[in-house]
Amino acid sequence: MEVLANLKYTKDHEWIRVEGEEAYVGITDFAQHELGDIVFVDITSEGSTLNQEESFGSIEAVKTVSDLFMPVGGEVLEFNAELENDPALINTDPYGKGWIIKIKMTNPAELDNLLNADAYTSLIGL
Amino acid sequence: MKSTVFCQKHIDLGAKMVSFAGFNMPVQYEGLILEHEHVRKAVGVFDVSHMGEIWVRGAKALDFVQWVSSNDASVLTDGKVQYCCFPNDKGGIVDDFLTYRIKADEYLLVVNAANIDKDWAWLQEQNKNFGVELYNASDETSQLAIQGPLALKAMQKLTNTPIEDMEYYTFKYLTFAGVPNVLLSTTGYTGSGGCEIYFRNEDAFKIWDAVFEAGKEFNIKPIGLGARDTLRLEMGFCLYGHEINDTTSPIEAGLGWITKFVDHKNFINKANLLKQKQEGVTRKVIGFEMIDRGIPRQDYEIVDANGNLIGKVCSGTQGPSVHKAIGTALIKAEFAKTGTEIFVKIREKALKAVVVRMPFYKGE
Repeated sequence: MEVLANLKYTKDHEWIRVEGEEAYVGITDFAQHELGDIVFVDITSEGSTLNQEESFGSIEAVKTVSDLFMPVGGEVLEFNAELENDPALINTDPYGKGWIIKIKMTNPAELDNLLNADAYTSLIGL
Repeated sequence: MKSTVFCQKHIDLGAKMVSFAGFNMPVQYEGLILEHEHVRKAVGVFDVSHMGEIWVRGAKALDFVQWVSSNDASVLTDGKVQYCCFPNDKGGIVDDFLTYRIKADEYLLVVNAANIDKDWAWLQEQNKNFGVELYNASDETSQLAIQGPLALKAMQKLTNTPIEDMEYYTFKYLTFAGVPNVLLSTTGYTGSGGCEIYFRNEDAFKIWDAVFEAGKEFNIKPIGLGARDTLRLEMGFCLYGHEINDTTSPIEAGLGWITKFVDHKNFINKANLLKQKQEGVTRKVIGFEMIDRGIPRQDYEIVDANGNLIGKVCSGTQGPSVHKAIGTALIKAEFAKTGTEIFVKIREKALKAVVVRMPFYKGE
C-alpha cells in the first residue's frame, strides 16, 4: 500500500497535493483497495465553496458507496473529467490520473490539521 | 464468528475477508469485476460451505416436504432438483432453498446460511404433525460451486461418470477426485452454467486441491461473494433479505412459478397465497435499469414522477456484464409494468429509471 511523502492526508482517506493556492484531492491507495472496483464518481459540488470536512461528492464501488470529504475548505474548481468514462483510474493510479477534484483553498492554514505521510501510515496500520 | 474449512485457503490466496451470515468469508480475491467476468467467460470456484444442508427421511418425507415447500415435490424423480421457498403462515417467506430428491423417502434441502437456525426451528415445529427424521448436516458438509461455461468440462477430468451432458437442475452421486459419494448437481447462482458439489469436511482439502489442479488449463480462479452477488443480480435471482423476506410473499416476489396450487398438494399459507394469485397483489418485486447516472442500493426510496413514495430498492449494483446500473425493487403494483418510468432517490436526487424484464443479463 503506497503512501506518498509529499501529500497530506485525512483520517477519511483523502489525500491533498498543494500547488500554490490550489490543490488536487483524491483518495488514497489504501482507500481504493478497501473499496474495490470503483464504478462511479458522483461530484455535484463543482463551482461551490465548501468547508473543511464537508462532503463534496460520493464514490461508488460495485458493492458500496462512500462520501468524499474536503480535506480543507475551498472552492471546487474542477472535477477530473476522465473519471466520467474511466472511474477505475482511481484504482490503477490513485495519486496520479485518479485525482478527483481541483480546489482553490479558502484558508491554507487548515492544512496543519491534516496528517502527514508518517501519521497516515500509522493510521492505516502499515 | 464461524468459518468454513477453507478459511485459511482464502486468506493464503489474499482474499479480503468479511463477515457474512455469521461466517468469515472471502468477498473478493483479485477484484470483483475481474472475478465476475471470469465466471461469465471461463470458470470460477466459490466456497459456499456456509450453506445449510437439512436431510428429510422417512415414510412421510414427501408429505412433509409438500407441506413446508411452495413447489410441488411430487413431480421430482430421483436425481432431480427443484427451487422452492418455505412460505410462512403470515404471507411471507421463511427462506428459499433447493430440494434434492435422493429417493422416494429421502430428500435434501439446501438452505441459506443466514437462515439455518430459523429454518431448523421452523421445520422442527412443522414436523410435529409428521414425525419424519430431520437431520441438520450443515456443520459437517462442505460445498463448492464451480461455475462458468468451462466448469463441467474442467470437472469432468475428476470423475469417470459423465457430467457434461447432465440436464440443468439434476444431480448424481459420483466418485470425484478419488472421493466416493460426492453429490454433484448442475445448479448454481450465476446464470453461467456449471455445478455445485457437496462433500464431507474431511475430504475438503483433497477436493479443493484437485479442483484447482484440474482447472489449471482453463485458468480456474477462486471467486468471492462480491461477484456471487453481482452475478446473481444480473440474472434476477432472489437473495433472501433483499427480494424476499419474512413479509414479502412469493406471489409478490415473482415466485409464482415455484408456488404450485394443485389439488394433491396442501402447504403452509396456501389459501392466502392462492387468493393473492387470483385477486392480484398490491405490490410487486420488479427489475429496473437506471437511465440517469447513479447506482441504486438496498432501501433507497422509489418515487413516481410527482415524488410520491411508491416503493424501495431490494438490491442494486453496477452490473459488470450488462454495463448498466441495475436493481430490483418492491413497488406498488400499478408501476410494475415493463417500460414504466420510476425514480430512485439517490442522495436527495430523484434519478430516472425504467422497469425492465429480468434477467438483466441475457447471455453473450
